[in-house]
Amino acid sequence: MALRRPNPLFRNLAAKAAAVPMILATLVVFLGGTIWTVVHSFTNSRLLPRFNWVGFDQYDRLWESTRWIVSIQNLMIYGSLSLVFSVGIGLLLAILMDQKIRYEDTFRTIMLYPFALSFIVTGLVWQWILNPDFGIQSIVRGLGWESFTFNPLHDPQLVLYGLLIAGLWQGTGFVMCLMLAGLRGIDEDIWKASRVDGIPAWKTYLLIVLPMMRPVFITTLVIVAAGIIKLYDLVVAQTSGGPGNASQVPAMYVYDYMFQAQNLGQGFAASTMMLLSVLIVLIPWAYLEFGGRKHG
Amino acid sequence: MADATLNTPARSITEARGTKPKRALSGRNIMIYGTLIVFSLYYLLPLWVMVMTSLKGMPEIRMGNIFAPPVEITFEPWVKAWSQACTGLNCDGLSRGFWNSVQILIPSVILSIVVASVNGYALTFWKFKGSDIFFTILIFGAFIPYQVMLYPIVILLREMGLYGSLWGLVLVHTIFGMPILTLLFRNYFSTIPEELFKAARVDGAGFWAIYAKILMPMSLPIFVVAIILQVTGIWNDFLFGVVYTRPDLYPMTVQLNNIVNSVQGVKEYNVNMAATLLTGLVPLFIYFVSGKLFVRGIAAGAVKG
Amino acid sequence: MTNSIEVKDLTLNFGAVSVLKNMNLNVAEGEFVVLLGPSGCGKSTLLNCLAGLLEITDGQIFIKGKNVTWAEPSARGIGMVFQSYALYPQMTVRGNLSFGLKNARVPRDQIEAKVARAAEILQIGPLLHRKPAALSGGQRQRVAIGRALVRDVDVFLFDEPLSNLDAKLRSELRVEIKRLHAKLGNTMVYVTHDQIEALTLADRIAVMRGGIIQQLAAPQEIYNRPANLFVAGFIGSPSMNFLHGATVDGGQAFRLGDLHLSLAGYEGGMIGTRDKVILGLRPEHLVVQDQAEPGVTIPAVVELDEPMGADSLVWLQAAGTQMSVRVPVERRMAPGTPVHLRVDMAKASLFDAATEARV
Ligand SMILES: Nc1ncnc2c1ncn2[C@@H]1O[C@H](COP(=O)(O)OP(=O)(O)O)[C@@H](O)[C@H]1O
Ligand SMILES: [Mg+2]
Repeated sequence: MALRRPNPLFRNLAAKAAAVPMILATLVVFLGGTIWTVVHSFTNSRLLPRFNWVGFDQYDRLWESTRWIVSIQNLMIYGSLSLVFSVGIGLLLAILMDQKIRYEDTFRTIMLYPFALSFIVTGLVWQWILNPDFGIQSIVRGLGWESFTFNPLHDPQLVLYGLLIAGLWQGTGFVMCLMLAGLRGIDEDIWKASRVDGIPAWKTYLLIVLPMMRPVFITTLVIVAAGIIKLYDLVVAQTSGGPGNASQVPAMYVYDYMFQAQNLGQGFAASTMMLLSVLIVLIPWAYLEFGGRKHG
Repeated sequence: MADATLNTPARSITEARGTKPKRALSGRNIMIYGTLIVFSLYYLLPLWVMVMTSLKGMPEIRMGNIFAPPVEITFEPWVKAWSQACTGLNCDGLSRGFWNSVQILIPSVILSIVVASVNGYALTFWKFKGSDIFFTILIFGAFIPYQVMLYPIVILLREMGLYGSLWGLVLVHTIFGMPILTLLFRNYFSTIPEELFKAARVDGAGFWAIYAKILMPMSLPIFVVAIILQVTGIWNDFLFGVVYTRPDLYPMTVQLNNIVNSVQGVKEYNVNMAATLLTGLVPLFIYFVSGKLFVRGIAAGAVKG
Repeated sequence: MTNSIEVKDLTLNFGAVSVLKNMNLNVAEGEFVVLLGPSGCGKSTLLNCLAGLLEITDGQIFIKGKNVTWAEPSARGIGMVFQSYALYPQMTVRGNLSFGLKNARVPRDQIEAKVARAAEILQIGPLLHRKPAALSGGQRQRVAIGRALVRDVDVFLFDEPLSNLDAKLRSELRVEIKRLHAKLGNTMVYVTHDQIEALTLADRIAVMRGGIIQQLAAPQEIYNRPANLFVAGFIGSPSMNFLHGATVDGGQAFRLGDLHLSLAGYEGGMIGTRDKVILGLRPEHLVVQDQAEPGVTIPAVVELDEPMGADSLVWLQAAGTQMSVRVPVERRMAPGTPVHLRVDMAKASLFDAATEARV
């Protein structure tokens, strides 16, 4: 009975074979593709990728480009406003929804449906509502206020707010749902205890419930922030980056240099910067979330 | 089962705390309902405007108010958006994009869900050396900006002879759907008692038999959630459609954008809004039909992300 | 008698943690062996190794003389019953019972016959068309047993099958499992942390701690002559009384302070003179009496008595420690009453304090 131990490599072969797509995707695309792009951002690839090392030249050029600087500024402004407002409004709505209200399902359906729609649809419909000749501006003027001006999509100073109105319309319902899930995840005994102690509801929220929702806040911030960095479709549909370059965003810069301007090196450098900004958001979060324990 | 197994909190997100209130009119209630109604108007306004605009003729749009209901209802803009609107390349209307999207959607949804559910299954019950590492990379992959991987995938698809084809796009959707869906399935499967899996192994079921005969039938809710996520996600995709397909295979979103934002010709806002609505119809349909599952899906996919 | 299960030098590590350490175990044909031990001691792990559900680190496993160390679970000739029943929720009872047979490609008429027989033995015939969700806990566990039964296997493995049931059902099913064993005569390995189950069911009990079998013997032997301090303390409820003292006079007597007990009649090996020993006395082996008998009784003072229905448990202060004694329930004792506890040395256990092994 000298049965030998079988080669562990071939144990559960079906399971290993089934994992091949995942292994390929992680190694080739997620890991390999990312490394490939980062490496090629140090080359002077133009129409085709070439392996001609030029150090940080692409990055120097990137940071000298006004368009890139504007893109980054826009992203920072839009991003911080979007974060603050979507979390603020989302939380407000979630707290209101948590007040044992009637028609909760109806309200949730109304708030969340925009999230099912694409950014293209969102951008186009808000482009229409904000149209100066037919939209809100013309209606208010039609009511008799002739000098009323509200034309964000054609005003470089205001265009980001035009995007923001559309972006919040699409995404706050989602944030509300996350927040509501967080509120509902809190042990009901907390509420009973605070009622027994005679603590007013607003104080319970502020001092007990919200601090307990820290993980939900962090997760929401990470998800919203990661989405903001990828911001692209909405801008394409609503403003095409205009007027002028006023609503350019980094993702647009990447796309244009990679697929239109035939300047791959710039595209790679810009996308590497995007990756860097995601890592800046992600690493502290991953550290907070998984740092303490070994297994995520 | 779905509630317990989606890692939803103590109370499900779709269920309120305690009993419903008795008094209808109080300052507190006016505040609460007032605020909710104001916000609801903000959310409903664009849908209203889209529908109204799409049912008006151009003369009425030029004269009137975009919020006003049509004086004379016309379905012409819908017909035109569907079959005649011009993108700058052709004047087939949105129908071409719609059928392209359908052709992309069906295989992408099936393939991505099959692959991800098998991943989640293998990661839960058939861990092998290094499987956790792959999973971690995969989750990080969910956060890597697509822009970083756009070009390497162009090269990969070109090498495989799939660049510009529908199947190339299907593959892309499968790959980019993998992180979130794998997470979704893994989280779901890990709530299934391991003893069930052991019992099936003692009963002589192998990898695929356990997946198909035991796990799948008892995980239908999570498959529905995944289908909802994928149908809306893939239908709404724009970037991959632009990058990885040829103009005659562009999905509906890309065509919509090309129709509405084309610089040629006179702007027909009613047709534009009809086209926009048409493009939003599929996800809206899914949304209204799936109801609470949609909420659960995004909560499950996101809170754990 | 041939061995049904043979475990040779079995070692199992989870990463750096060693859960089973160089274990050897032989189970005879038709024997009912219970693995008993506190939670986390590796009972389920051992059972999973036998079933082939865990890949062992080292050693070999034989079932019916065949080396199955690397065989698939379904190829080992075992059936397994789990604590959580582990019934397939989407299948009917019939589907649950026949799933394994279908996987083994047994012809349909044979499947029918085997399912019918198992249903009859377990009296679950009327439930065959139901889904597990529509069954009670006891019925579910019957089905789970049936799933092992239909497969005509030589060895049944039970992993705490009764732990999820309430007390009444538990004792009913316990009797039923015993009856089943008598009827089928299969080899059974049964994991539990409940000593009543172990004592009532087992031909032999393996008491485990920290991945090591402490004692493997018949229930009476384990109860009367525990091999070490751990087994002595683990078996029996309330726990055995322990007196820390020394043996004197070349092993003729036990001494603890003023207390002197003769060791005459103690069943064990060479006692000799030892500085540190532990005398173990079960509460049910002590007799309360009013008179002192030098060398045979321990003076004690009653602290508390707990009537328990059939009998009564009396807690006393004796020889500087707390002790418990079982007395007939009619015998009420007021706190503070001085009494004497008569020791039956033939039923006592003596352990070396350093090695904790029985002397
Ligand atoms: N998959 C695993 N990975 C790591 N440690 C495990 C695993 N399964 C069990 N253990 C550890 O092995 C020990 C024995 O577990 P188990 O056999 O389940 O105990 P029990 O006797 O209660 O059935 C425990 O300390 C447990 O923490
Ligand atoms: Mg156990």
